[in-house]
Amino acid sequence: MTAVRCVDLCKTYRQGDQDVKALDHVSIDIAEGGFVCLSAPSGGGKTTLLNAIGGLDKPDRGEVYIAGQRIDNLGKGELAELRLSRIGFVFQAFNLIPVLSARENVEFVMQVQGVAATERRIRSTEILEEVGLAGLEDRRPAQMSGGQQQRVAVARAIVSRPALVLADEPTANLDSKTSDGLMGLFAELNRHHKTTFIIATHDQRVMGYAKRLIRMLDGRIVDDIEQHAS
Amino acid sequence: MNIVLRLAWRNIWRQPRRTCLTTGAMVFSNVLLIFMISLQFAMYRLMIDNSLQAFTGHMQIQAPGYIEDKKMRQTVPDIVPLASALREQLETDTIAARATAFVLASSEDRSYGIALFGVEPQFEAQVSSIPGLIGQGRFLHSGDAPEVVIGSVLARNLRVGLGDELTLLGSGKDGSFAAAVVEIVGIFESGIVDIDRNVAELPLRLFQDIFYMDGSGHEVVVNAPELGEAHELQRRVESLLGTDQDLVVHDWDALQPGLKQAIQADMSSAFFMYAILVILVAFSVLNTQLMSVLERTREFGIVMALGLTPGRMGRLVILETAIMGVMGIVFGALAGGILTSWFSVHGFSIPGMAEMAANFNLPARMHPRVTGVTLFLGPIVVFLFTLLAALYPALRLHWLRPVEAMRAV
Repeated sequence: MTAVRCVDLCKTYRQGDQDVKALDHVSIDIAEGGFVCLSAPSGGGKTTLLNAIGGLDKPDRGEVYIAGQRIDNLGKGELAELRLSRIGFVFQAFNLIPVLSARENVEFVMQVQGVAATERRIRSTEILEEVGLAGLEDRRPAQMSGGQQQRVAVARAIVSRPALVLADEPTANLDSKTSDGLMGLFAELNRHHKTTFIIATHDQRVMGYAKRLIRMLDGRIVDDIEQHAS
Repeated sequence: MNIVLRLAWRNIWRQPRRTCLTTGAMVFSNVLLIFMISLQFAMYRLMIDNSLQAFTGHMQIQAPGYIEDKKMRQTVPDIVPLASALREQLETDTIAARATAFVLASSEDRSYGIALFGVEPQFEAQVSSIPGLIGQGRFLHSGDAPEVVIGSVLARNLRVGLGDELTLLGSGKDGSFAAAVVEIVGIFESGIVDIDRNVAELPLRLFQDIFYMDGSGHEVVVNAPELGEAHELQRRVESLLGTDQDLVVHDWDALQPGLKQAIQADMSSAFFMYAILVILVAFSVLNTQLMSVLERTREFGIVMALGLTPGRMGRLVILETAIMGVMGIVFGALAGGILTSWFSVHGFSIPGMAEMAANFNLPARMHPRVTGVTLFLGPIVVFLFTLLAALYPALRLHWLRPVEAMRAV
């Protein structure tokens, strides 16, 4: 079964008085349980592709399907519902809600999903323990290191067991040890829960974890290879 | 506590000074509104009570058309038995019959046109404050003794005092010449210049004899225990009168339209000022929430990416405003209630207001009166307007695009 399908995606941005092609006729299929890295230099189009797949941005043309459902023509509300129920996001800059504690940040999405308070408590405790943050549940983002914040962001992204996790440069602000820990966690989730991961990165170490590596340049796919994950 | 509520609560305290200033503006306006509305309503009530108690009463039974054209022949037949029957059926003494004529009152030196009232001396005190306002002499005795009480200004104008005689000249009910000589037994001072200058009262039976009324009169005055109970009492009076008697019951609105118009005019200008105050507070809230939303554009982008709809985010902004509004109501109502209650007991006066107050037969010292309406009317309006002011910042979130929002600094 295909988790993500992109057909002939195009996206052009206006930068100053120039048009920049962020996506140039991009088509890909990613199977369920895939662990894919999108690699490109800065401005290569990987974040734009990730945003199009996550319904955060609309392509100028082309089609995007998530689990067989076309999403590029959905409205804001339907896209929000889709993200809430099926997609987890991990951002480069962590993007936690500063006034909520680690536990509250993790529980926030579940509350919006309508998960009962007791269930939320159990699942947030488990997931924070799983990402190595047991004992830090009540700390706010400002009281945590970058690595800890990114782990909270990961916990938030995966706590409701989404079928698809989109991560944009998740290790960019982390040291190598923390990066390895995070990627190990992703790989484990992919193995045990068959969660599909699409990770945008230009970090070689991260690419080593991927089963499939897609290289992009100037908005085009220039290489798409299967590989043995490390 | 629900996470969304916790988020809203913490969000409003991100900028404590700004929140305090905005909430402070709400509290201040609420205190001001509570005090002013309590004072205003108390003054209106006093104006109505004083004016109605002086003479008009809460309602009157009259012949149809008498209210527009006060002709002698438009009478209520057998008025004394009617008033007596109503007193018995309604089990109250606050009902009295009257008759009215416009006469020429002459002393030895001077003559003035006045309104002469025939009253039931034993019941008049239940519907009018005039018997209790006799400054010199006494009020009328029951019966048909040839005696009269007059207003202090009229006494001065006619240059008469207690024990002096007054000649009354007018037309009887049948159009014939009516005249009498009566002795002044009392002089009243109501504080209402028009009444003190133009009104005289004598016993109803004497009046009926002088003006050939044949047992009739012009109005049965009925007072309710409280102004608020007047409508209910009016319905009962109307049902007791039935349809077989050709009589009408007029409430105080109809009897004293000028009083209601004066109150409405005053209320309109006061509420215009209150509206300006409320709009200023609403703009302060609009400013605060707009700033708050702009500062959090990036965060709104994040929560949109997590799956929050613009509608949910808008509700969060409204919830934050509602929390501030509730704080405004609670602290405003508390402070306003305490302050106004203190003044309602101790009263206060404004220099220069005494003369104006006297014109409306009001006391020089003002006492606001706190009720549920005066306590919550203003704060609830402020609350609703603050929610209205938060709509624009909340609606702006509908145009937010997650990718652009997350790029905001």
